[in-house]
Order: sequence, then C-alpha cells, then structure tokens
Amino acid sequence: MSRSFFAKHPSVLIFIAVLAIFTIMVTLASDAYGFGWLSTSYIKTLGKTLSLCLVALAMDLIWGYAGILTLGHMAFFALGGYLIGMWLMYARTEEIVVQALAHGGLPATPEEISQGIASQIFGVVGTSDLPAIWSFAYSLPLQLALALAVPGLLALVFGWLAFRSRVTGVYLSILTQAMTLALALYLYQNDSGLRGNNGLSGLQNLPGLTETSQDLVSIWFFWASALALGLGYLTLAWAVSGKFGSVIRAIRDDEARVRFLGYPVELYKLFLFTLTALIAALAGVLYYPQAGIINPAELAPIASIYLAVWVAIGGRGRLYGAVIGAAFVSLLSSVFTSGRLPNIPLGPVWLSWVDWWLVLLGAAFVAVTLFAPKGISGVFDRYQRIAPPDRKGAPLGPADGSLQKQEAQA
Amino acid sequence: MSALLEVSGISVSFDGFRAINNLSFSIGPAELRAIIGPNGAGKTTFMDIVTGKTRPDQGTITFGERAVSLLGMSEARIAREGIGRKFQRPTVFEDQSVQDNLLLALKAARSPWCVLIWKPKASDLARVQVLAHEVGLADQLQRKSGELSHGQKQWLEIAMLLAQEPRLLLVDEPAAGMTPSEREQTTSLLVSLAKTRAVVVVEHDMDFVRRLNCRVTVLHEGAVLAEGSLDHVTRDQQVISVYLGRG
Repeated sequence: MSRSFFAKHPSVLIFIAVLAIFTIMVTLASDAYGFGWLSTSYIKTLGKTLSLCLVALAMDLIWGYAGILTLGHMAFFALGGYLIGMWLMYARTEEIVVQALAHGGLPATPEEISQGIASQIFGVVGTSDLPAIWSFAYSLPLQLALALAVPGLLALVFGWLAFRSRVTGVYLSILTQAMTLALALYLYQNDSGLRGNNGLSGLQNLPGLTETSQDLVSIWFFWASALALGLGYLTLAWAVSGKFGSVIRAIRDDEARVRFLGYPVELYKLFLFTLTALIAALAGVLYYPQAGIINPAELAPIASIYLAVWVAIGGRGRLYGAVIGAAFVSLLSSVFTSGRLPNIPLGPVWLSWVDWWLVLLGAAFVAVTLFAPKGISGVFDRYQRIAPPDRKGAPLGPADGSLQKQEAQA
Repeated sequence: MSALLEVSGISVSFDGFRAINNLSFSIGPAELRAIIGPNGAGKTTFMDIVTGKTRPDQGTITFGERAVSLLGMSEARIAREGIGRKFQRPTVFEDQSVQDNLLLALKAARSPWCVLIWKPKASDLARVQVLAHEVGLADQLQRKSGELSHGQKQWLEIAMLLAQEPRLLLVDEPAAGMTPSEREQTTSLLVSLAKTRAVVVVEHDMDFVRRLNCRVTVLHEGAVLAEGSLDHVTRDQQVISVYLGRG
C-alpha cells in the first residue's frame, strides 16, 4: 500500500526527505552532537518552529481542507503546554524541596514535601495549598494523558454545541475567538490554580536530568518535534488522500449538497475539530518545554489569528503549504523581533523593525490574499505548470453547446 | 400496492405565510410523477420538507415498507434512508475530479471512521466506470468537474444520484439549461429509472411533462389542486384558471 501511496503523492516523500535532511543538518550543526555552529537557543527556536508547523498542519486540515475557519486552536495548543508544564514544574520543584529538606538531617515526611512544593510553586500568588487540578501533577503518564484528554474533551464539547446548532462561517470564527479569550481571562485569575499571569516557568529543566546540559535537551526536543511533525504529516496526508479528504473538501465547497448525499456533516466537523485540537495539544506539549515558560498571554485571541495567517501565507488546502507558511513566517518573525536588525533612520523618526514587523506581516497577508491566493506554495504549481481552471464567464446555456462565455469568444 | 412515500396533511408557514397548506401526497415504489404549479405554489418547499431541510408545522411523512417517519430525521439520515435529490442548478464538487465526485456519491458507509479507512474496490471503480459511461462522461473521469460544461455537470449530478441508489428520486427542473437532444435523453432516462424506483419530477416545461407521460400533481398555494393524467388535469377548470390560463 505504502509504495503506491508515495507514488501517487510524491510531495509526501519529498517533504519527509526534506525534514529528515534538515534534522540531520541541524544535529550536525548543534553543540551537543556536531560542530556547534548553531547556538542552543537557536536549536530551541528551530524545535519550537517545528512544533508550530505541526499546529499549522492541524489548522490547514480544518480550515484549508474543510473550510472551517476556527480561530481558537492555539487555546488547545496552550492547554497542552499548561498540562505538561504542571508535571515539569511539580517534579522539578519536588527535587529541589527534597534536596533542601535533606540538609535538616532527618528524611522529610511526605507531608513536608508536598507542603514545600505547594509553597514553592504558589508562594508567588500568595497561597501555599496545592489546588485540586494539580492532583495528578506528580505523575508524567497521567499528566501526559490529561494534556491530550483535556483539550480533546473541551474541543468535543465546544464543537458539539457549535456544530449542532449549525454555527458556520464568521460566526464560528467569532465563537472560537471568544472561547480562547474566555480561557485566557480565566487563567489570568490567581485562584484558577495555574499561578495567574505568572504562568508556569522553568519548564526547560527536565526533572531527573539536572546534570544534563541544555545543549542535549534542546536537540532531543528538536528531534521529538521533527518526529511528531513527520508522523503528523504522514497521517494527515494519508487521511486527506482518500475519500475522507474528498468528503471534507466537499463540505468546504457545498455542505448542503454533502448532507443530501447522506454524509453526517456535523459529525465530520466535530471529528475534525476534536482531531485537530488533539494535534494542537500534542504540539503544545512539545513546544512549551522548549520555550521554558507559559502564561495566559499564550491564549490571547491574536495567537490563533497568527495561526490562520501562517496557513494563508503558506497556501491553504495543501499540507506542505501550511508547514512552509508556519516555518517561514515564524522564523522571519523571530529575526525581525530579535532587535538585532539595525533600525533605519527616516528623517525625524526611526524605522524600528520590532515595531514595524506586524505592519509588514499585515501587508504581506493582504498581498497574499489579493494577489496569490494559493500562498507561497503556489510557486510549486507554477513550477509544475498546473494552471487553475479559468472559467469565470457565465455559462451560455443550451443554445451555444453549453460553452462558457469566454470560450465562445476565444 | 402500498405507497413508498406517504405525506399526509403537512402544513408549514414562514413568518405567517402558509407555504404548504394541508398537503397530502403519496407515491408507489416504482412510479413516475410530475409536479407542476405556478411560481410560489410550494413545489420547492415540498421537496425541502421531504428531504428534511424544512420541518413541517404539522402532518406526517412516512417512507418505506416499515413506514418509518421522516419527521425529526436529519437531511443526511433521510438521504441514507434512500431519498435522493437533484437540484435545479447543477451542484457538483467542482474542485474534484469526475471520478472523485462519483466515488463520493457511491453507496457505502457514511460515518467518518468508515470513510477514513475506505478504499475503492475494483467493483466500485467498475461501477463508477459504468455510471460515467451511461451519462457520456467515461473519458472525462480524471478531469476536474469544474471544467465540464453546464450540460455535462447536469449529467454528472444525475450519475451521482444514480450512484447513491436511492429508492425515491426528487428531481427539480431537470430540463433547465439542457439542449433539446439532452432533454430527449433525460426524458428516457427518467422513464427508465421509474421502472425500478419512485421518481418525482418538478417541472415548469409542459412539453417536457407531456413527454414523461405520467401522472401529474398540480400544486397551488401549497395544496394539491388536481391529480391525474396530464390531459385530465389540463381539462380541469380550476387548473386552467389558476395556472394554464395565466400563461
């Protein structure tokens, strides 16, 4: 089966090859396993970019293929990050507390340890009790399961409510924006149990690997992100290559017609919404240990809009387009916002790239929408000489043999 | 012969306007029926109700031998029960190839997980080939359906309906936008289809209805005005005054 799959979809093979070569090159350029051409922080940036590419894949599946413009998927991404962050923070703090208490001579009791952990983590928001939502934070497997289950369940309930009432188009976009904003506002509160606007920090320190240098950790996470992206790409490419892809593209183009063919459109949408939320959560689990910190600002509505912008610039409706868009824009964004680019004097004012980057991005988005609706990946079509069918003229009707207007003129 | 579709006493109003008023209708398992009526008579609303797009305020609709009620079923569920609908303007998925369009319509499990692992078998591809051949699209299978001419899209949509294997086919103005020879083909296709299933044709074109040579139901103001052969209804005084006399 797989041979014919790759033969039919050469772009999948090319993508996997490019990703593999990129991973090997970065590994060779790393401090840990290679010649040290790339700094550890840049390796982390690249690893984070790969996890962003994975969310972009999810966004492309639901927006580019199924036409559901959700603007809330970064909430699922951040939730995944929060839930894995809870374990990272808890386990790491536990190590520190145990070490500190060991100086007292007597071994610490479990109560003392959990007291210590709670006051260490929550001292910053003025409490010393561990909230109930941290009940499973001691266990990696449980918290990992929660990191997928919680966003998945939220997406399932939210999607069920929205799709059941046939909320579509811009109304759904607004609703998802409201969802991510509401979650962010909730997390900003100190008593929501996730340290309010401080968020969770120190996530780059892996429990049990205190002695391991970040050079190694960064490349491990880079590999994990690359692996997740590769597997995600393969799975989604397989899913959209068959009849499932055909159905969801049909839903995008004319959902009423799909209903009359007997397909439960709402169920498909719910399925996609939940599946993409799970992918987003997985990407978040990989992203935030590399970022090291997460706070409610990560759930801001703008984050999910960026996601849509990446996919639009890369080219929606094709998986590699989403990856190209996410990688290109987020890497460019890190260049422009790094503050290392020289400011350009313009008479009395300075053109500061940090401030002007958003304007540039906005202009690029408008330009892509107007002049290159296929985004960056439209370049590949031009290379393969795939021209879009140009039949904008009105049908002439039966008399002229059903030609389109412009065909009759030509 | 028991009826395949039994519609009795349905009414529906939109903002106080009674689009359908105590309408009853029934059709046997292998029957061809034409529905005619002036604009606003409720023809399209009637189809919307049967296919589940609009919910009637009152009345009952039952379908099949076991007389299951269609009320409260979703459009997709009703379609799976075996009711196919052909819209006035051709609605094919223009971004996809003719073959993909037909595979999409082909009778098979419809739930996401079944569709995800579904693979076309040789028999499915053969069936697609046969269907495409029937409507003269056999050599266009790999083309994007958006590139087809208007008439070819109509045919593709008809082939998609056949692929669904419906037991009841609702056809909205099939002759619109077709050349005279295509109309001829459509007529014979509809007549032959009605040998094995129920076909309801909504049509304005009297010549076309005459060629179908079937029972005719005349709708007016959301209710059945007359029913019988075309000659019978065209002699009916009421029908002449509300419909034929106007044209």
